[in-house]
Amino acid sequence: MSAVITANGLSKQYKSSLALDNVSFQIEPGRIVGLIGPNGAGKTTALKAILGLTDFSGQLNVLGFDPRKQRDQLMGEVCFIADVAVLPRWIKVSQAVDFVANVHPRFDRTKCEAFLARTKLQPDQRVRQMSKGMIVQLHLALVMAIDAKLLILDEPTLGLDILYRKQFYQNLLEDYFDENKTIIVTTHQVEEIEHILTDLMFIRDGRIVLDADMDTVGERFIEVMVNADKADAARQLKPLDERQVFGKSIFLFDGVSRAVLEQFGEVRRPSISDLFVATMKGTYA
Amino acid sequence: MKTFYWLVKREFWEHRGSFLWAPIITGGIVLLLTFMGITTAEVFRMRSGVQINGIDFNAITAHMDAGALSTLGNALDMSILSPAILVGIVMFLVIFFYCLGSLYDDRRDRSILFWKSLPISDRDTVLSKVACATMLAPTIAVVTSIVTGLLMLMMMTITASLHGANLWQMLGLAHPFRVVANMLGMIPLYALWALPTVGWLMLCSAWARNKPFLWALIIPVGTGTFVSWFNLMGLFSLSDRWFWGNVVGRALLSLFPGSWVPWQVPGSAAAKFGQTASDNHQIMGDMLALSHNYSALVSPQFLIGAAAGIGMLAGAIWFRRWRDDS
Repeated sequence: MSAVITANGLSKQYKSSLALDNVSFQIEPGRIVGLIGPNGAGKTTALKAILGLTDFSGQLNVLGFDPRKQRDQLMGEVCFIADVAVLPRWIKVSQAVDFVANVHPRFDRTKCEAFLARTKLQPDQRVRQMSKGMIVQLHLALVMAIDAKLLILDEPTLGLDILYRKQFYQNLLEDYFDENKTIIVTTHQVEEIEHILTDLMFIRDGRIVLDADMDTVGERFIEVMVNADKADAARQLKPLDERQVFGKSIFLFDGVSRAVLEQFGEVRRPSISDLFVATMKGTYA
Repeated sequence: MKTFYWLVKREFWEHRGSFLWAPIITGGIVLLLTFMGITTAEVFRMRSGVQINGIDFNAITAHMDAGALSTLGNALDMSILSPAILVGIVMFLVIFFYCLGSLYDDRRDRSILFWKSLPISDRDTVLSKVACATMLAPTIAVVTSIVTGLLMLMMMTITASLHGANLWQMLGLAHPFRVVANMLGMIPLYALWALPTVGWLMLCSAWARNKPFLWALIIPVGTGTFVSWFNLMGLFSLSDRWFWGNVVGRALLSLFPGSWVPWQVPGSAAAKFGQTASDNHQIMGDMLALSHNYSALVSPQFLIGAAAGIGMLAGAIWFRRWRDDS
């Protein structure tokens, strides 16, 4: 199957800063891609370019469409949740369902109503009377009922409590995702999505600094807990990062073979947040 | 077409208070004032003991000549029209601020990202809002003021009939159907005439990063002031009066119902206005006649104004598509 998104030399210049700097990447169908980066790294700009919400230079193909010129057709195949506060405050649950059902050809009303039945949302309830968590439930129910090929989530769980956050990703995995769909998600709560991702992309200062699937990430990046006596030897291998815990040093290596590292101590797979912190060192300095 | 219908419906959901309830409440207030007026008159009449009952109203109408009868009929027609003045002012304010907010409010609260996540073109979105401003809201206002006017006519004729007038004869003198048809028929004309203001306000609404109201006001009024100033200095021969009327006025005030009328009354008629009662009726009647108003369609004010409005709406669609600040 051909790629869902193909980006070639994507650049976007804002007045004073370069939000995207000659970015190229490819996303295959059936993947869940985490696009992770510090604030202001260009995540949202990249998503806006994919959605045709902003102009850019370079080549971008999303599901066979050019988002700049064919946005209206593209949006029939793509859904997005931008962040918690974007549903209009005046709309009622029933109106939102009616409206989307009548303007979106791929919307399945019974599915949406089934999702809503599992929540406390009432048909007459207005968005302005809902908590942030309920707004996201409504938005998710609308989006999951749309049979889209690509779902884009930009900080979808920002400001939600842990119950809503867990439920959000659980619903997405159990009731929505399948091999024909592709999900791109950006978030700062990396730990919560790490087990659902199939691919990882780190973006920093408008450039992609890491683009790999999770298996590759597991092979490339290894964490070793080293006793103080062997620490100097380990440093010779140029670790990405080093931190101290209980008198031992924990080193993070990129592309050093597991056999070599096992001589220094206990090896394990690093968490994405540790990997992220190590990769982004000095971003705000 | 289905999408467009739902887009209009969405606007109605969002603005039900101003589109529907504002004119209905205004109509209700007009009726209440009429009722209070009639009651006051009755109370004063009873207190002062004036006897009108003794005079047979039918006897009066029987002695009226045709001209006087038609005058009475016209006066009754005017009572059907009179609520339109107040409802019209309210409608002007409602549509004015609706247009200013139409492409700005959802950018401010970022709900534009939700609307833009649906397969709807920006052209359809903008056009659905234009349809609401030029057709839906005016139609609701016109229907409300017609109903109010008819109720007012009923109240007045019933009161008169309590004093012996013949209810049916009075209603027969009025021309409710003609008045209603005239008012409904004006809506398309109004839509065309309002285009430059709708276009200008929506362009500002789509373009302004903040405070669309200020921009919408400052730019035309500021330019007008400059033109007046140049005019005062005698630098070039552009008449500032022409500019204020045809540019500033059209960009901001064409939403006012019937604001094309002053342009269309021939100078000779305007000069005659107020001289004799029959002339007045003649002129008023002409002003309200559909054929007269539609003849104005071909005037340059109408055509150039509508073209400018359409141009500005195209600009609003472009900004809606490419404005990137959410």
